Amino acid sequence: MIKIANGAVTIERSGEKHPATPGARIEAGDRVVTGRDSSVGITLRDNTLLSAGSDSVLVIDKFLFNSTTHAGEIDASVKRGSLSVISGKIARQSPESVRFRTPNAILGVRGTSFVIDVGDGETVQ
Amino acid sequence: MMHPAIPIVLISLLISFLGEDSKPPPEKPAPPQENVVLLPDADGKTGALTVTTPSGAIVLDRPYAGADVFARGRVEGREHDADTVQKRYAAALGARPPAPVSFTVYFVFGREELTADSLALFDRIRAELATRPAPELVVTGHTDRVGAVAYNDALSLKRAETVRDVLVSAGIKAGQISTAGRGEREPAVPTADEVPEPRNRRVEITVR
Repeated sequence: MIKIANGAVTIERSGEKHPATPGARIEAGDRVVTGRDSSVGITLRDNTLLSAGSDSVLVIDKFLFNSTTHAGEIDASVKRGSLSVISGKIARQSPESVRFRTPNAILGVRGTSFVIDVGDGETVQ
Repeated sequence: MMHPAIPIVLISLLISFLGEDSKPPPEKPAPPQENVVLLPDADGKTGALTVTTPSGAIVLDRPYAGADVFARGRVEGREHDADTVQKRYAAALGARPPAPVSFTVYFVFGREELTADSLALFDRIRAELATRPAPELVVTGHTDRVGAVAYNDALSLKRAETVRDVLVSAGIKAGQISTAGRGEREPAVPTADEVPEPRNRRVEITVR
């Protein structure tokens, strides 16, 4: 889901352009495009946080997530521009299933530990 | 109030495409086409990242360790410093959605009723919802390890749905809430199979 959209941000889906406003849902296959002086922040269903700066093209090639088992798969590409990623539950459960691609490289995310805090009733994960 | 401490891997990428007419003169080495930098997690730890190209691979496992990717896939390691990275990636870093925050609630033993301490968290949950753009609640039930996995999957989902109903009757919009059942997969307190453990019979409410 789009959480933050500054400036000109569009979602391209099946050849159609949709405005990327906070609350808009992201689907596998979507291409998220930011214009000049624009940026976008996206939270995926497994709590992966993605954000792109200006003049960027991000494609969510594949997203699968089972909220019971946390099995899933993420395949995303940065075609242009800048992206920051905070990996989520899929990377914790099966890091080999999370891939970010650039035109020249494939990035594999691995090695996050899982932590639960039990105390005053609040756990932060 | 606790600060959210989230185990995360942060990576950031910058790809700069050179137009045909902006190719550097041949005497200068060509700049990298892509940069990858591993950032420390919010809790101070650092994950790991592999950067693979057709001609090589680099593992990044220290804060601000970077990889420069050149034409035809040549990849080289490079150290960065925090200030430069913050400035260079300011737009992307500035648009990061707020980190999800979770609250754990418990039932009164043997009843479909939340404990008083759990109900007292609702004000904080509402406060979190109010500060976030396009907020969502994910309500995830958990069980202890008594019973079969499939039974606990169903039971944990039922617990989550019960909590969702309580949240809705407390005035939170049903359309903002999704439910999940993790069964016995994620115990708060690890136990052997078939051990009753009340602290594992819980529901986690994540605001994101």
